[in-house]
Amino acid sequence: MSEKNSVGIVKSKIFICKNPLKLDSGVLLKEYELSYETYGKLNAKCDNAVLVCHALSGNHHLAGRYSASDKCPGWWDSLIGPNKPLDTNKFFVIGVNNLGGSHGSTGPKSINPKTKKPWGSTFPIVTIQDWINSQNALINYLGISTLSGVLGGSLGGMQAVQWSIQYPEKVKNAIVIAAAPNLTAQNIAFNEVARQAIVTDTSFNKGDYYKLGVTPKIGLRIARMLGHITYLSDDIMGQKFGRKIKNKKYQYNLNTEFEIESYLNYQGDKFANEFDANTYIRMTKALDYFDPTNGNKKKLSTVFKNIQSEFLIISFTSDWRFSPKRSKEIVKALLDNNIKVSYAEITATSGHDAFLMSDDRYHNILRSYFKRMLGTK
Amino acid sequence: MSITKKSSRYDFSIIADWVPSDSKVLDLGCGDGELLNYLKAKKNVTGFGVEKDELNWLDALKNNIDVIQIDIESGLSEFETNSFDVVILSKTIQSMQNTEVVIKEMLRIGKQVIVTFPNFGYWKNRLQILSGKMPTSEELPYAWSDTPNIHLCTIEDFDNFCQKYQFKITGRKILTAKKSVEIFPNLFGALALYKLVSK
Repeated sequence: MSEKNSVGIVKSKIFICKNPLKLDSGVLLKEYELSYETYGKLNAKCDNAVLVCHALSGNHHLAGRYSASDKCPGWWDSLIGPNKPLDTNKFFVIGVNNLGGSHGSTGPKSINPKTKKPWGSTFPIVTIQDWINSQNALINYLGISTLSGVLGGSLGGMQAVQWSIQYPEKVKNAIVIAAAPNLTAQNIAFNEVARQAIVTDTSFNKGDYYKLGVTPKIGLRIARMLGHITYLSDDIMGQKFGRKIKNKKYQYNLNTEFEIESYLNYQGDKFANEFDANTYIRMTKALDYFDPTNGNKKKLSTVFKNIQSEFLIISFTSDWRFSPKRSKEIVKALLDNNIKVSYAEITATSGHDAFLMSDDRYHNILRSYFKRMLGTK
Repeated sequence: MSITKKSSRYDFSIIADWVPSDSKVLDLGCGDGELLNYLKAKKNVTGFGVEKDELNWLDALKNNIDVIQIDIESGLSEFETNSFDVVILSKTIQSMQNTEVVIKEMLRIGKQVIVTFPNFGYWKNRLQILSGKMPTSEELPYAWSDTPNIHLCTIEDFDNFCQKYQFKITGRKILTAKKSVEIFPNLFGALALYKLVSK
């Protein structure tokens, strides 16, 4: 049975890059692997490729299923597929697991070829700039010299911005959703609490827990629970859970009493079983370090001076993690440079997570913009 | 935010006469982007639209307009001082809360400002009021109870307003049914177009 408008059964691929990568931290990565997936066909002119960058806990599996019995499709399956807003009949869509990730790309749990042991604590800190350089190696390998678009939400949106700064001639369109030009102190604070939860877990062992056969699940689940609170708005939590309790009446003990507690515990457990703690730490670090203005040494408008891409910027009214105000900073810096930009502020109750929802207006905007991209190619 | 139906937009050609070729234009309340596309075709302008309404915004995007969804009245700080050649507010001023502030902002952003509005002093409107009803017409299509038009004015009102706030009028054209009105414009003109600069 085939699913309607699905890319169908998909398979991950591995790109082995033998060209060394000099990281922002100064470390030289002699070789690395990136796991990626593609959907649709690259056309003869090689000008219909859209790179989708993932957020904090995302990966390269954007759409489709690995087998007919696979319970969940890729994380952006609602958006990507034949006749979906990002139409794989028209576009060649690429998903890539970022360097340092835990879904097949070289990361802390990979084997360091030099020591033949997992990298663990020795895996370097990677930045968004490093990711863009490694993603660029992948698109070169795929025979693509210009990307029709780079698309991402949250941390993925920051990558789309950085792509247009770092490789201005290679990005025709940047679609930046629920993102910000850098993190605020509050954002960094949340990340630090998440990291502290992990590094103070007794199983963490400074990041070298693989050899001990344990994982810092307690810390990782707390980190994820905290994250989830910040991805939702007060209103949507109220709507979904309110003060609903699990049992008929209060139990007056330490067990989970309210439904919101169960939800967070469930999300925390699920995540702690799937995700690598060292990767989580590195993803939050990449977020913290991202700042094209380099600590306000340069104005964002100045940083954007050489951008050649056109932009679509989308924010969500109830997103307090990356609020509309932050998106408007990007819009202003683009307008200052007379760069073509459209900006939509979508009324949504779901908070930061709204960028993963299938809201009609949201998807219509993306569908229309992708159509426009085909017209102006 | 576009207040009147597009079929009635015969003011475009006059606006196009006032807009220099190859200039950079900001259209506030751009609706579906019809005016900007008209100016792109006639005068080779570049520019942006601002539109608050979701449906109009999407239509503008589909019509290839680079369109920013912000509320004009919550401030236009996204736009730098003197960053546009022309800033247009076409048939939208009558729905603004704070008319004076909006025009001042426009004059800050643009070297030149174009404002158009339906003339409430038009004889047909006066007649409807004399007959005891709030006027409705092609320019004023809304019933009193659902109109977004909270600050309707006459040509005389607008002249006084410009004088009071020291907005210099550099061009004025009054139209009725696509024809220029020269005699008693405040009585015989349905639509007013003004070109302004700061004093």
